[in-house]
Parts: sequence; C-alpha cells; structure tokens
Amino acid sequence: MSEHILSSKLYYGIWIALMVLTVVTAGVATIDLGPFNTIVALLIATSKALLVILFFMHVKYTSEKLTKMVIISSIFWLLLLLFLSLTDYGTRYAGHG
Amino acid sequence: MATAAITTEREHYLNKEYGIRSWLLTTDHKRIALLYLISITFFFFIGGFFALLIRLELLTPAGDLVQADTYNKLFTMHGMVMIFFFLIPSIPAVLGNFLVPMMIGAKDLAFPRINLLSWYLYIIAGIMMLHCMVTGGVDTGWTFYTPFSTAFTNTKVIEAGLSVFVAGFSSILTGLNFVVTIHRMRAPGMTWSRLPLFIWAHYATSIIQLLGTPVLAVTLVLVVCERVLGLGIFDPNRGGDPLLFQHLFWFYSHPAVYIMILPSMGVVAEIVPCFSRKRIFGYQAVALSSIAIAVFGFLVWAHHMFVAGISLYSAMIFSILSYLVAVPSAIKVFNWTATMYKGSVTFSTPMLYAFGFIGLFTMGGLTGLFLACLGIDVHVTDTYFVVAHFHYIMVGGAVMGYLGGMHFWWPKISGRLYPEWLGKFAALIVFLGFNLTFFPQFILGYLGMPRRYWQYPAEFQVLNVMSTAGSTILAVGYVLPMVYFLWSMRYGKIADENPWGAAGLEWKTASPPPTFNFEETPEVTWEAYNYDQIPAPAEVLIER
Repeated sequence: MSEHILSSKLYYGIWIALMVLTVVTAGVATIDLGPFNTIVALLIATSKALLVILFFMHVKYTSEKLTKMVIISSIFWLLLLLFLSLTDYGTRYAGHG
Repeated sequence: MATAAITTEREHYLNKEYGIRSWLLTTDHKRIALLYLISITFFFFIGGFFALLIRLELLTPAGDLVQADTYNKLFTMHGMVMIFFFLIPSIPAVLGNFLVPMMIGAKDLAFPRINLLSWYLYIIAGIMMLHCMVTGGVDTGWTFYTPFSTAFTNTKVIEAGLSVFVAGFSSILTGLNFVVTIHRMRAPGMTWSRLPLFIWAHYATSIIQLLGTPVLAVTLVLVVCERVLGLGIFDPNRGGDPLLFQHLFWFYSHPAVYIMILPSMGVVAEIVPCFSRKRIFGYQAVALSSIAIAVFGFLVWAHHMFVAGISLYSAMIFSILSYLVAVPSAIKVFNWTATMYKGSVTFSTPMLYAFGFIGLFTMGGLTGLFLACLGIDVHVTDTYFVVAHFHYIMVGGAVMGYLGGMHFWWPKISGRLYPEWLGKFAALIVFLGFNLTFFPQFILGYLGMPRRYWQYPAEFQVLNVMSTAGSTILAVGYVLPMVYFLWSMRYGKIADENPWGAAGLEWKTASPPPTFNFEETPEVTWEAYNYDQIPAPAEVLIER
C-alpha cells in the first residue's frame, strides 16, 4: 500500500481556508438573509467538511476501495438520518394550521 | 522430597509471558479478549446488583426499601452499566476479539495496538462511570432524555454522558478493527461465501458500531453543551426541540440493540450446526440477513417516539419499517430450526443455550411486532410490557447467546473442559429464572403497570413477587458458570484441539492457541460447516 505524501504547504493552505470559512460563518450569522440563513450556513459547513475529508483524511488520493466504501456509506447513512427525520419535521404540524 | 517431573509444556498465548506488564501492554487479540472478559464480568455483576435492588424494592407495593430519587438512580445506573459496559462490548469484545482472527485464519487483528487502545478507553470510561456512581449517580434513565437531562435534574449528567462518549469510542475502534480485518486479512481460500456466520454477524455489527456510534457521541456532546453553555438545542425554552434529541439518540440506540443481538445470532449459527451435525440450512440467507438487520435496524428508530409527539405520517412510516425487521430475524430463526430438522441433535450445554436463545428471542421479537403496531403501542408505551419485551431480546437473546458462546469456546480459550452436568444445570436455571422474572412483566404491562416507579397498586403484587423470585434464581444461574469456569481452569479435564468435532479454523489449532494462532497460515479448500466430512467426537456420540 503506497502512502501519498502531501506537501505541508497544502496542509497549511487547507487550514487557512478552514479558518477563513469559520470567520465567514460567524460573519454571515450577523446578516439576515431570510430563508437563506440556514442554506448558506450549511453550504459553508459542507465545504469545510469536504476539505477535511478530501485532504486531511487523504480521501482524494486514496485508491483503497474499502476507504471509499466507508466514506460513501457514511454519507448515505447521514442522508438516512436526515431524510427519515424530515418525515417527522416536514409533516409534524400538517393539519394543525 | 518428590522428584519434579520434567514436562515440556507446549507454548501458548497464556504461558508465553508472565507478569502484569505482559497483560497490560499486550497486543495479542486473545489476551485483550480476556482483559475484556474480566472487565465486562465486573460490570455485569455491578449492573446485576442494581437489578436485584430494583426487584427487591418492587417486592412490596409500598416504596419501603429506597426512596423515589434513589430508585430513579438505580434503574438509570442499571441500564447504563448493562448496556454500555456489558451488552455492547460483551460478545464482540470478548468472543469476537478472541475468534475473529482465528476464524478467518489470521495471526491477529489488523490493528493490534488500536485493539489495546479500545480496552483502555473502555476502562477509562468505566472508571468515570464508577466515579459518577459513588459520588451521587445520575437519574435521567439510560436514555438521557431532554429537557430533563439538560434543564432540570441536578445529578451527574455530564460525567455519565462523557463516560458513555468515551465508551463509544472504544466500541467504534473495535468495529473498525473488525471491518478492516475481515476485508484484508482472510487466509487464502477463505472467500466471503466460506466465512463462518459468526464473522458475517460481526461484520454487520461492526457496520452499526462504525456508522451509528458517532451520532450518539455527537448527541451526548450536544447535551453537555446545552447543560453547560446554555445553548438552545433541545430545550424548547431556548428555541430547541426535545424531539430532536430523541431522533438523534435513537438513531444510534435502536441499532445498538442489534449490536447486542447480532453477535449472539452469530454464536447460535455456530452452535446449532455443530450439535446437529449438519451444514447450516440456507447459509447465504443467514449471512445476508445479518446485513439486512444492520441496515433495516437504522430505519426504525422513531418507533420509540410514537407517543412523544412526532407527526402521524412519520409514525406510520416508522411503524411499517419496524415490521420489516421481523423478516430477516425470522429468516434466521427458520434456518436454525431447519438445520436441526433430521440432524443428529445433542443436548450439550451450548446447545441448551442456543435453544434458549431461539425461544426467548422469538418471544421478544414477536412482542416487538405488538409494539411496532401504532394502536397497541399507545396502550403499552412506558409500561412493563416494554420492559419485558426488551429484556427478552437483550437478556433472553443477547446474554443467552453470550453464555452459549462462552461454553462453546471455553475449551479453546482455557484449554480445559467445564463440568458438563453443571453446565446443563446452570443453563436450565438461567432459562427458568429468566422466564419467571420477565414473563409476569408482560402481564403487568398489559394490565397497565408503568415502568420507572418505585411504588405500585397492591393488585400488582403477586406478579411482582414472582418476578423478584425469578430474579434471584436468575442470579444463581449467572454466578454458577463463573464459579465452574474458574474451577475448570485448574481442575477441568484437558481439552484437545476440537472437543466438539466442530467445523471452523479456530478448531484446527491447539487449545489454548499459540500466540500467532497457527503454526502456518492455513489454506481453506472447503465450504463452511462441512459437517458431513467431520466425524462427531466419541463423547458427543455417547451422550446422544
């Protein structure tokens, strides 16, 4: 199994990007975007998670099927959690006005 | 002075090294399994002690032994200890650790040091839990329900939550180790369709441990954040939603039931063919039903919330999905019984436990269908019916499987045989004690006795006395195996490498096995459970 070695420059770059995105999250929270409040916050959070998964966890460079399988099933399971919870949240007040 | 006999004792994992260091720093999966065995047995008896106090309080209708507050702490600590410190690690961390590498023909797990780390995390979590207990305990129920846990109780929620958080990481690491080991370290010829069903069951369990436990960890951190920092996540007064906690908690905690029961099913799938002298009926169906249970198990969690205020549409969806789990479970039960059909069945101790498992699990499973039904669930939610149902699964099922497995593999673990008649006697005591303890609780629940109260109306007393009497019998049944296992380590008959005439690679190496399991890596050229090619040992034949 060959290890893919990434330059420390890239690591620092990703770290700075994560910090910037954190500041952006905090900044955006002070602006009222109406219905886009949650959407923007989630978009930023997802991009941060992607950066961590792809670079810090080396998923972008892996050829391991097992690693890919674990990542894909994790995302699928997260979607299960969200989707099935939404069957409740989406309809909880239906019929109550 | 007697002349010392010169013996050249064969080297194995128990006598390779001596001293406390050789145990605390070991990376041998078999030694780590024994470390786990000692630790979970300790916690089992602590949890059992709480259970006996609960039953003693419920002997009479009045709250005379303990006060309500203490009673709340007793059932909370009983649940937390039994679930997080006994049932979840029980079979995977003890029998799984010991057997997974051996069954697939590997020398050790993929990450031996992470394996040791998982035990240390378990011990740290255990010490935190013990500290929490002796300094006041916690009274939220093992479920940590909000907003009670975050806004009202003044007991040790944070310490208990963090303890479970750490224990969760121990469980994740065990699951991770198994997944990688099963994928990457199978001996030549050990294809997926030749894997023992114990391995399939552990693979399915590991999937749940890996994918579910992080959600519990996050949820508990959120509880701590809300309690300490006052963030409004679950508390409606601060803009949170208490049902969000229940969604997140049960997303892990319902599949956690399958972390407890799937490995037991794996054990039964090994025992039944061996003592029926037949290949397992429907190998593929049993293997895939383990995976199906792991996946379906994640789709049913809100059946714990039918009366909590979730939407009716959602409740209907979860109700239908909950019925679905019965399908793979039934596949297993039918295949085990079909395996026995026209087999040469021997009633050895492990087989008695397997019978116990099949019967009690079926009852637990079928009453689960009652609870999946919205109409009945409304009637019996939070009554003793639910208590009886999940104890039939988690004690009648999981613990029966664990004890069956311990008896089946004890000759391999210790190199000694336990006294068979005492084993059978204990299995009978456990079965009788269990049913006397928990069957009356079905009736109590159906009659409307709520759970988690330290007092009850006088008309419920007879059934409660039966239940308490049963619990003392059950306690005897649990202490007995511990006593004769310890006895057998010194005085038991020496076991050869395969005392049951069982199939499986673990029976092809010495008892106890050498440190690296096999003298040379085995090559598998046969199908699993090839009992038509393995003669039954003489002792088993005589007993028949």
